[in-house]
Amino acid sequence: MNSNYNFAFLDEGSKKEIRRAVLKAVSIPGYQVPFGSRELPIGRGWGTGGIQLTLSLIGRDDILKVIDQGSDESVNAVNIKKFVGLCTDVRTTTDTREATLIQTRHRIPERALTNGQILIFQVPLPEPLRVVEAREEVTKKMHAEKDYASMWLQLYESLVKYNKVTIGAEYPCMVEGRYMMNPSPIPKFDNPKLHKAECLYLFGAGREKKIYAIPPYTQVVSLAFDDVPFEKENFVGKRCRLCGSADTYLDEIFDRQTGGRAYQCSDTSHCQWTADS
Amino acid sequence: MAYVAVSGGKEAIEESIKLLDYYRSGTDKDLAIEAIENKLSLLVDRVMGEAGLYARTYAALALRQCEGSIEEAVFLLRAYRSTLTRNYYSDTVDAGEMRVVRRISAAFKDIIGGQILGATYDYTHRLIDFETGKEDPTALRQAMHKALAEQTPEEIVPCPRVSEELAKEGLIDRHSPNDQSPYDVTANILEFPTTRSARLQTMARADTGFVSGLAYSALRGFGQEHPTVGELRCGYVELYVPFLPDEKESLYIGEILITEVECFNAVDSKDQLKLAVGYGAVLGRNETKAIAMAVVDRELDNGGPYPAQNEEFVLMHGDSLEMNGFISHLKLPHYVTFQSKLDAVRKTRRADNE
Repeated sequence: MNSNYNFAFLDEGSKKEIRRAVLKAVSIPGYQVPFGSRELPIGRGWGTGGIQLTLSLIGRDDILKVIDQGSDESVNAVNIKKFVGLCTDVRTTTDTREATLIQTRHRIPERALTNGQILIFQVPLPEPLRVVEAREEVTKKMHAEKDYASMWLQLYESLVKYNKVTIGAEYPCMVEGRYMMNPSPIPKFDNPKLHKAECLYLFGAGREKKIYAIPPYTQVVSLAFDDVPFEKENFVGKRCRLCGSADTYLDEIFDRQTGGRAYQCSDTSHCQWTADS
Repeated sequence: MAYVAVSGGKEAIEESIKLLDYYRSGTDKDLAIEAIENKLSLLVDRVMGEAGLYARTYAALALRQCEGSIEEAVFLLRAYRSTLTRNYYSDTVDAGEMRVVRRISAAFKDIIGGQILGATYDYTHRLIDFETGKEDPTALRQAMHKALAEQTPEEIVPCPRVSEELAKEGLIDRHSPNDQSPYDVTANILEFPTTRSARLQTMARADTGFVSGLAYSALRGFGQEHPTVGELRCGYVELYVPFLPDEKESLYIGEILITEVECFNAVDSKDQLKLAVGYGAVLGRNETKAIAMAVVDRELDNGGPYPAQNEEFVLMHGDSLEMNGFISHLKLPHYVTFQSKLDAVRKTRRADNE
């Protein structure tokens, strides 16, 4: 641990301010709480919102897991773990089951998280309405008035044009029937895991200076029409080449030599666990 | 094979960081921090300004650490800054009291206090001096000291701003002085419409190229009109912080070098014209940015359909850390989201999609 800096890098006042924003976010599920985002030694756009949440919440007894694209070994995950390790000395793990804090980019672990665990998302663009309205001043009003018509219209236009809702990751959902929320760029495959979960989900957008939350047992519904149900990514007939799972989110891999195509679990910890058991 | 793209991240990062040293290893010569601080002053000034941290030596250290990359140096200073506790806010500085080292007006030939050309590259011919590599730094320093020692120091008289005279005639339209505590953009999120103090702070810290490009767009036709530099002044201002045991007292903590600009624009005022002022102020000597800021400040007051007139557009996209951070994050793996995108694209092309 680098003793030139405070435990968990930020000064205690900043951490307290972030925790206050978290409390507000938990009290108003899905609502984006503005906060005074601090600058970190890691790039803005590289997960600084998530890192600030982690730094403000982490204590000496916590066990930290960091994943990127589902993998504990991905360069960005390694880098973030290295930084938190540098300024806290807390224990890190790759085992989803024993982690108390999990910071993630782009995935929710396959194994359902339990009471007492916190999943922290790194969020690039927190505003779900940004795709239909560029101005923050206007989107704030739209949320206040629960005016989500233009978003529904966009979904409808996509249906008319392509016969499909063509949104990939970052698929918007309604939280407790009140706020429309961007679940961060997780695949649609992960959206159902947000609904009535046992754990606390926290979302941090450092560059955009927003924090929001889904407390345990909150109703989270992905946008869909009555006659056109919500549809996840489709891996029918495909299996992980390492553990054989057919019910996980798969990465498409090209063989270096042959150029042949194969699939393997994006969640490396889960894959390892399945392969071992 | 397996896990080609996603494993081994830790070793790869460590090797990558080692490899960075290679790019600084091409010579036996070293760059002294003192030399960077004193011989690359304009670079140091730009980094300090965009970082929002007035610390010459740290800026020089940062520049040396990152091969002279402005965005990296700004990044280092900003990250360091957020570990420091903010103990004081300084008292309001009146740049009218500035110890001026350069002061020009493009509006009037003669101004109260006089024009002081000071040091500028404006009237140099941009010819590479092939002899500059042979310069003797010690001789240069001694010659300058000697020349300075022969001068008789003049008493410092603060010069009133050019706009003060025009204001007496009632021609000037500008924001009235406001000594309220400023909105601290380093600790709060910007909300729109925002306050003037937030706007000026944000622009003063913005990327030089971004502000200059915006101002240029406004001058070229995507904005109002051609403003006049009423006054550009560069010099030292004194900083004081409140003395806690006695509210009436202040403590002098030092002086900083800043550049300040006021631009004039003729605007409508009930069947008459008046002169509206755009204001710019930046740390160090960074004149183009200070002028550009004044131009954009005026465009924002005016409002309109162009990018330079839109507050949210201007203030949300010029921060060095934010823009460079977000652009560079595109280099991070996006396997999961791209897979999702592929899935959506494939679904629309399937034969059964009717």
